[in-house]
Amino acid sequence: MTYVLSDGNDSLDGFAGIRAKVTTLDPRMRIVMTALYAVVVVSLSSLWVLTAALGLSLSLLALSGLPPRKTLKRMAMMDSFIIFMLLLLPFTMPGDPFFSLWGLQASWQGLWRAVEIALTANAVILAVMTLVGTMEPVTMGHALFALKTPERLVHLMMFTIRYIDVLREEYQRLRTSMKLRGFRPGTNWHTYRTFGYLVGMMLVRAIERSERILAAMKCRGFCGRIVLLEEFRMRRADLLFALALGAALAILIHAEVSYAAH
Amino acid sequence: MPLIDLKDIHFGYPGLDPVLQGVSLQLHRGDRLSIIGPNGAGKSTLLKIIMGLLTPSSGVVTAFGKTCVVETDFHEMRRRVGFVFQDADDQLFCPTVAEDVAFGPLNLGKSKSEALAIVDSVLSRLELLHLRDRVTHKLSGGEKRLVTLATVLAMEPEVLILDEPTNALDPDNYARLCTILAGLEQAVLLVSHDPEFRKKVAPIGYELAERRLIRI
Repeated sequence: MTYVLSDGNDSLDGFAGIRAKVTTLDPRMRIVMTALYAVVVVSLSSLWVLTAALGLSLSLLALSGLPPRKTLKRMAMMDSFIIFMLLLLPFTMPGDPFFSLWGLQASWQGLWRAVEIALTANAVILAVMTLVGTMEPVTMGHALFALKTPERLVHLMMFTIRYIDVLREEYQRLRTSMKLRGFRPGTNWHTYRTFGYLVGMMLVRAIERSERILAAMKCRGFCGRIVLLEEFRMRRADLLFALALGAALAILIHAEVSYAAH
Repeated sequence: MPLIDLKDIHFGYPGLDPVLQGVSLQLHRGDRLSIIGPNGAGKSTLLKIIMGLLTPSSGVVTAFGKTCVVETDFHEMRRRVGFVFQDADDQLFCPTVAEDVAFGPLNLGKSKSEALAIVDSVLSRLELLHLRDRVTHKLSGGEKRLVTLATVLAMEPEVLILDEPTNALDPDNYARLCTILAGLEQAVLLVSHDPEFRKKVAPIGYELAERRLIRI
């Protein structure tokens, strides 16, 4: 919703427009490997191994051909969501005191836990951005369908991709017409009521549009199933990539286990 | 035998005045009929009744010799009647043009490769092949209109129903639409406010006025 209601003209696709090297790889493989990667990294707890995982994510970024600066900036944006939790963690976790601020004790254990979470989150999000974020949303829908994701969820996603722009245009048309009639948002009831009307009108129109779309689909013989056209193929490069990443993950797990044994 | 035969259709939206009172219409093979009438006269409503999207309070819809009453009766007739909606955005719901054109043929039970072959042949017939892999919501208004026509023609209908197809078309796309429609062999039922377009595509027809359909 924030996207729909923002005035910016940013593309919805994010990085999908960039022809990165990873985009030639099989999307199904990329989704599966990213999920696997996330599960492995989340289950790691040793800081050294986690640092290595972040290093692995960085090398994925280097391999992917994405603009590193922009991608890292996006990663930092994600950090802003968890920064407060990380800052508070040393003060809320009991353990050996490390320093005190205004009479509040910070613990070493809390500090290490915060570092651990920060490393995990960044390693995973970076991998997601390089492997999955480079996909066209439509391709991702197809790949999820090929991976046997429930059909309804895939259709929901496809319809969202298709109609979010239509809704946004509708919003902008209404917003322009408001502006042309001298509307200036302020902190008053008139503004709240007007925005209420705007959202309400968009909901009503969206419902009516969905009914018209269903009618149009019925007229073309729709009876509950949408057949998707795209087919994916695993190539040698995909297999090699999956094997290499799998091996790297195995090394991380091995390092974690032997570190824990000490 | 008429392809589409409406007999004494009555219809009203719940809580509102009746829209249609005793409307009858026949469309034969090779016919090209237009329906005119003021805004809100019920032209779009009438088309929806033909397609079974609305159920009349009384009267009979017969398509290809078969009386259509319940939803399943209309499944078969919808395969043979192509309906082009007023707003192209309502009709193009797939992410890409190729998928949208293939949607109908796939619903008719065609295989993926057959559907793709149909996509290519229809798009090249309408000279739209360059739009094949474009994302539907990024097409221009005129392109959207022509693609909706392609999505319907891909099902090889015997009847083509068009609801205000010239809305928001520039002269170039307008001329293209005229040429394409003039070259079709399907029976056509057209709703349009544009007298010049009617003259080119379907010069004779009916007028919907005061809830009745009058032959003109």
